[in-house]
Amino acid sequence: MAVTAPTLQRPRRQVAPAIRAKRALSFHGRISLPLALYTVFTIIPFYWVVLFAFREPSSNSWLPFPITFDNFVFVWNEVGYEFFFWNSVLVGVLTTVATLALALPSGYAMARYKFKGKRAFTLVLLCTQFIPGAMMLIPLFQIFNSLGLINNLLSLAIADTVFSLPLAIMFMTSFISKIPFELEEAAMIDGCSRFHAFRLAVLPVLGPAIIAVGSFSFIGAWNNFLFGLMFIQSQQRFTLPVGLSYTMGEFGVNFGVLAAGGIVAALPVIVIFAFIQKYLVQGLGAGAVKG
Amino acid sequence: MTRMIADDVAVAAPVAAAAVDQPPRPPRNRRSWRRSAAPWLLLSPVILLSAAFIAAPVLSVFWNAMFERKLTEPWNDAFIGLEHFRFMLFEDPKFWPSLGFTAQWVLVEVVLQLIFGLIIALVVNEAFRGRGFWRALVFSPWAISGVLTTAIWILVYNPGTGIFRLLAEWGIGDGTQAVLVDPDSVFWAVVVAELWRGVPFFAIMLLAELQSAPKELYEAAAVDGAGRIKRFLHVTLPHLKTAIILTTLLRGVWEFNNVDLLLTMTNGGPAGMTTTLPLYVAQLATQAHDFGYGSALTVFAFLILLIVSIVYLKLTAFSREED
Repeated sequence: MAVTAPTLQRPRRQVAPAIRAKRALSFHGRISLPLALYTVFTIIPFYWVVLFAFREPSSNSWLPFPITFDNFVFVWNEVGYEFFFWNSVLVGVLTTVATLALALPSGYAMARYKFKGKRAFTLVLLCTQFIPGAMMLIPLFQIFNSLGLINNLLSLAIADTVFSLPLAIMFMTSFISKIPFELEEAAMIDGCSRFHAFRLAVLPVLGPAIIAVGSFSFIGAWNNFLFGLMFIQSQQRFTLPVGLSYTMGEFGVNFGVLAAGGIVAALPVIVIFAFIQKYLVQGLGAGAVKG
Repeated sequence: MTRMIADDVAVAAPVAAAAVDQPPRPPRNRRSWRRSAAPWLLLSPVILLSAAFIAAPVLSVFWNAMFERKLTEPWNDAFIGLEHFRFMLFEDPKFWPSLGFTAQWVLVEVVLQLIFGLIIALVVNEAFRGRGFWRALVFSPWAISGVLTTAIWILVYNPGTGIFRLLAEWGIGDGTQAVLVDPDSVFWAVVVAELWRGVPFFAIMLLAELQSAPKELYEAAAVDGAGRIKRFLHVTLPHLKTAIILTTLLRGVWEFNNVDLLLTMTNGGPAGMTTTLPLYVAQLATQAHDFGYGSALTVFAFLILLIVSIVYLKLTAFSREED
């Protein structure tokens, strides 16, 4: 920054004030204005959630003062968000771990071996993305019913894992195939087994891919609503999206409760998003779209 | 899940191409059958799981569609052939309106998300102070689920203390609109809520593509005296073409299948006005427990999706470009 700043400023000083004003106007018209308008649109809903969640129920102010945490205490203890939250965490963690455990060897196989049927396998993975989620509700209910897994959180973890796998495998494949094979080859020449070579040469550099795939599958499981709505019956086993929709039905007019529940549901994904959003654009730009 | 699904097909197509370029890597040795079995061994858990929880359910939908299957009437499980399809096409008063709304919903959402997403991507691709922060901010609704979007926008839209009340205090309107029950406004109310969390997807995908735009082309165009608009039309848009085709297709499929938001925000109402075909299926599955007819609708929805996707790819000549 210290090096580039003077070189950036020098030509500007020579520009006539009229031209400078015109440039500033163009900058604000092209960037500041659309960005400001869109930011307002993005923030408006967040404002209403924060307002209702932290405002006294009797207050009519447009600002959440005096601040109160009663709504959070109420949803956590009385509405059942304590259960909803931990159920969602359990399903999310199970899904993430299972997805990674299955996507790593699959991605490795797709990236490092040439075999008959690889194209077909990729095509099938791609086709699964066209299946309507609502379409799977009925047959999956029947399957989980015959396995005795209805009203069991395991059914959600299984369904979420199966549907997050295609993305996870495709992402892993493109990531692993960009890692040079020479490192692994050298390790194998030195007498390592294939698995050992993978552990030494590939796994250490897979960190970003594991974080990306893990976050995707966690957010997917965390946000899934239909499976929970269909497969879970007792309120103690609701996940957050089902709990939220239950809150809308039961406490529809109590906006403070709804807003507090929304913040409980939103906070983890917002934190994860803030953490990964930098890699999101990079990952898609470098890996996904370009191949 | 849904979000990621939309993201990943973009990953897939190039992967297929990359796989072909890659020379066979495993070192040569005598035990060749073990080499050829190894990838399948590694893939086998995924194949087994997908067979049990994706392939079998999909096939069973086609099977169920020809039977009476109601959880509320377990004794009634007769084979009825194509009767569900006859009822669907000729007698069901909800079927054709839901199909029409599906088309309207997908078209409006995809077009508006593309326009706004492209504008946002172009803006945050420029160099300015605090760009990283603004990117994170405008992309943030990307990770929000459909149900949560509903919860949030119910607060914004509520007639007593929502945004219209605030506008009324500023002298705009009378602040009594109940936009989610009024047939005149309900469509745009759900469209705006879905835009809020849908635009970031387009912005992220297109920004990723913009960052790989060849700088030399812009410089050459600028030297030739092309203005901003000309450079956008002749350099940026052609560069984005493939990404736009893929993203719109993905998003179209995704919005077609998107049930969470509509189910929780309007449950298809008022008077079935906002019922898409998949939402109709979800209602039959979760509320009426009519699995037989729901399966028949599902078969139809799946076929429609397949046909429209193929036609779209042919029209945009995407497949030819790939070969």
